[in-house]
Amino acid sequence: MKDVKCECGHVNPHGTILCEACGRILEEHEREKQLVDMRYEGSARRSQTYNKTIVDKIWNFFSSVKVGVWLIVITLIASALGTIFPQEMYIPPVMPAEVYYEDQYGWLGKLYYELGFHNLYSSWWYLLLVASIGISLVICSLDRVIPLYRALKAQRVTRHEGFLKRQRLFGISAAENLEESYEKVKEKLREKRYHIREEDGNILAEKGRFSRWGPYVNHIGLIIFLIGGMLRFVPGMYVDEVMWIREGETKVIPETDGEYYLKNDQFILEVYDKNKDKEVFSEAIENSGMVAKNFQSDVTLYKKKGDSIAGEKPELEKVKDDEIRVNEPLRFENFALYQSTYKLNELNKMTFALTNKQTNEEFGMLTVDLNDPKEKYDLGNGYSVEVVSYFPDFEFDESGEPVTKSRIPNNPAFVFKMLTPDKPEGEVSFVAIRQTIEPFGDNTYKMAFKGIDTKNVSGLTVRKDLTLWIISLGGLIFMIGVAQGSYWNHRRIWIRKVNDEVWVAGHTNKNWHGLKREISIILENTGINEPEDQVQNENKESGGS
Amino acid sequence: MVTLSGNLLYASFFLYLVATVLFAGSIKDKKGKSAEKGPNKWAKLALITTIVGFASQLGYFITRWIAAGHAPVSNLFEFTTFFGMSLVGAFIVIYFIYKTPMLGLFTLPVAILMIAYASMFPREITPLIPALQSDWLHIHVTTAAVGQAILAISFAAGLIYLIKAIDQSKSSKKTFWLEAIMFGLVCTLGFVIVSSTFSAMDYKAEFNWIDKTGTEAKLEYHMPALVGPHKGELLTAEKFEPIVEVPAIINAKKLNTVIWSIASGIILYLLLRLILRKRIGAALQPIVKNINLDLVDEIGYRSVLIGFPIFTLGALIFAMIWAQIAWTRFWGWDPKEVWALITFLFYAAFLHLRLSKGWHGEKSAWLAVIGFVIMMFNLVAVNLVLAGLHSYAGS
Repeated sequence: MKDVKCECGHVNPHGTILCEACGRILEEHEREKQLVDMRYEGSARRSQTYNKTIVDKIWNFFSSVKVGVWLIVITLIASALGTIFPQEMYIPPVMPAEVYYEDQYGWLGKLYYELGFHNLYSSWWYLLLVASIGISLVICSLDRVIPLYRALKAQRVTRHEGFLKRQRLFGISAAENLEESYEKVKEKLREKRYHIREEDGNILAEKGRFSRWGPYVNHIGLIIFLIGGMLRFVPGMYVDEVMWIREGETKVIPETDGEYYLKNDQFILEVYDKNKDKEVFSEAIENSGMVAKNFQSDVTLYKKKGDSIAGEKPELEKVKDDEIRVNEPLRFENFALYQSTYKLNELNKMTFALTNKQTNEEFGMLTVDLNDPKEKYDLGNGYSVEVVSYFPDFEFDESGEPVTKSRIPNNPAFVFKMLTPDKPEGEVSFVAIRQTIEPFGDNTYKMAFKGIDTKNVSGLTVRKDLTLWIISLGGLIFMIGVAQGSYWNHRRIWIRKVNDEVWVAGHTNKNWHGLKREISIILENTGINEPEDQVQNENKESGGS
Repeated sequence: MVTLSGNLLYASFFLYLVATVLFAGSIKDKKGKSAEKGPNKWAKLALITTIVGFASQLGYFITRWIAAGHAPVSNLFEFTTFFGMSLVGAFIVIYFIYKTPMLGLFTLPVAILMIAYASMFPREITPLIPALQSDWLHIHVTTAAVGQAILAISFAAGLIYLIKAIDQSKSSKKTFWLEAIMFGLVCTLGFVIVSSTFSAMDYKAEFNWIDKTGTEAKLEYHMPALVGPHKGELLTAEKFEPIVEVPAIINAKKLNTVIWSIASGIILYLLLRLILRKRIGAALQPIVKNINLDLVDEIGYRSVLIGFPIFTLGALIFAMIWAQIAWTRFWGWDPKEVWALITFLFYAAFLHLRLSKGWHGEKSAWLAVIGFVIMMFNLVAVNLVLAGLHSYAGS
């Protein structure tokens, strides 16, 4: 494609509408317009110039702001759909999702589930939408920023008359005492912090050009942010684990390669107290019954010392004591441990007495650690109890066999074998809470329930997120770009001597009100008339309002 | 301290009302001339009243902060009040740039409605639950509210634009939707009137009902129950018996409130129509006839430009930082988070349409109105209906 040489001598790339240097109109059909289109300075944008190959077509599709806005709007509507009912991650784990939605919300819930809206934000089509926005951001920006940069760099002080005449703010004054006026104008321009360039008695005053880069800077920030979001799926970048740890327990912290251990010294739950806390809270506390004040796990962090062989008990070195609260995670290396949930009074120990059913005589007590029961408890004098089977979270399965739902002692059940001097073979008894079954007939002895011991359990989230810094960087760049583009304006004022007249034209990328006010201050008492707003005049003439 | 705080809020509410009247006066006064010579005496007085009102509300905010020991932005009443205050603050700033009393005439009533609406919710000082005990509470919430308030100025400007620009000589889609906005505002007023009336009467009706898990529960209504709860049984004597009963999955009490608001809104609206003998939009049109449409358009655009970065900073960036600290992840698709994203996307689309597609003037004004509707949805519906982590569990 051929470059276009303007009368002024500047060589413009193919497709340029307004000469980059002097602003002369290069495209015939632009000449008929009353005002030139100043968006992107009339530069040659790839998308407006080429449309032959498949690459051109894709480029043109994604470089269109119309397409970009549609993508935004579709994403917006899709996001809203996902809030109609809670997402799967927020539903209570009482029943599977396929049942839950229908059960809670009827046929609408069923439809919601079947359309996959219960996991909308991780659906392939939602991710595709976000990815398309990302592509659109890159292509839109490249299509505009390069030619815009060229045009703003190549602009000359002296602009073509046709260019000045077709600016939104434009005015002609008779030239009298021009030297004096120019001095006054320049003085005021400097006061207003304009950058002034002069050429053959013409002036170009410009400020805030950097605000033109704001949109591109914020788009770069968004791209970095999205890349950061994608990096989460790279193995090793992101850890999301829940760690349940009982009071007094020491456990390896998941995903630390067995390097770090945590001991839970104590879990604390505090609620606001009407009498102890601030008096102003008393009404609220009374109205809502109970308001949580603090969830806290007092923990000790340990690091493994040296290498240990699998199965061997590792030697631990204390790193620090810490109190993990909501809003105050424990941090070490790239990890953070958060107080995210808890369970109060989990069964920990159960105490039984071996008892003669008839005489109620007791032959010794035994305490079973529900998380680590022994195989046999010797009660002395020839009495002992064997734990034949243990079901920490007991239920009967479909065939009526006892099974355990989990390893957490929510509903412990045992098969005990009671060995006594008079029954050396032993009697078998199935003992669960409020339930005793004697499978081989009537026993002489029973395991009488004596008491329980409970402990609190802290639920901690183990988090590692190596993408955070890149996401923060993206967010920071985005904010800088948005502020740059929103809080500054690119303003230009051209003053040109044409024969016996002074032509003044003004342009800003936004906030015309501000520019007009500024020009009015600059031209006050200089003998040069204020330029008129050709858009507003046009509106008035056509009776727009 | 708490009493003082409450009184300061009443004072500011009253002052905003006075300021609205004064702004109206400034527009009636010497029609047409005021635009040329800058604000007239009425407008100056109105502005001073607004500033005094704002200072008084700031006093409410500070004294309540001292009394509670935390920034009063932790429940629906406090947040919405703060939103109203920010709206007035944003208006004062914009007024100093553009000097348009008309904007005050439209912004202040919105702020007044908002504060009145806020007062319908429990007003006692609530202690902070663990998740809220962080400095990020006031950093995140205040920045987000200020951003939204500035964006809401574009709604006021858009409304002025539409009232002036829409042809009221015949009924059209545009006049219909403009009336719909008016109706929405009237319904809010209806809600305020109905709830304060019944609360002044101390209306309480207790029900026994069966919730969706099949358990029996108690529920107290503060308005006569047009809609009763599932298998509801009225316990309080001599109170209104529900006309219909809804299934257990629908929150009957909230639905009842919504029905009362809409019904009172309809009555108020019809009364207004009867008195005015024309559409509300048409009745307001003469008031705005001297305003320069380009200026209003610019105010709307400018407030979006100023508000958008602040909103993004407060409602997304600060929100993410805090979420990472309190909830272990910076983003979790909680309904409130999603609606903040939706607001962000909407105004991003607004800016792109304006910059590249040339959506100025009327189109831009409609968009500003829709943006405000989205923000109000986020404030009202997301907190009260789509319960999530941000739910203030208002009743």
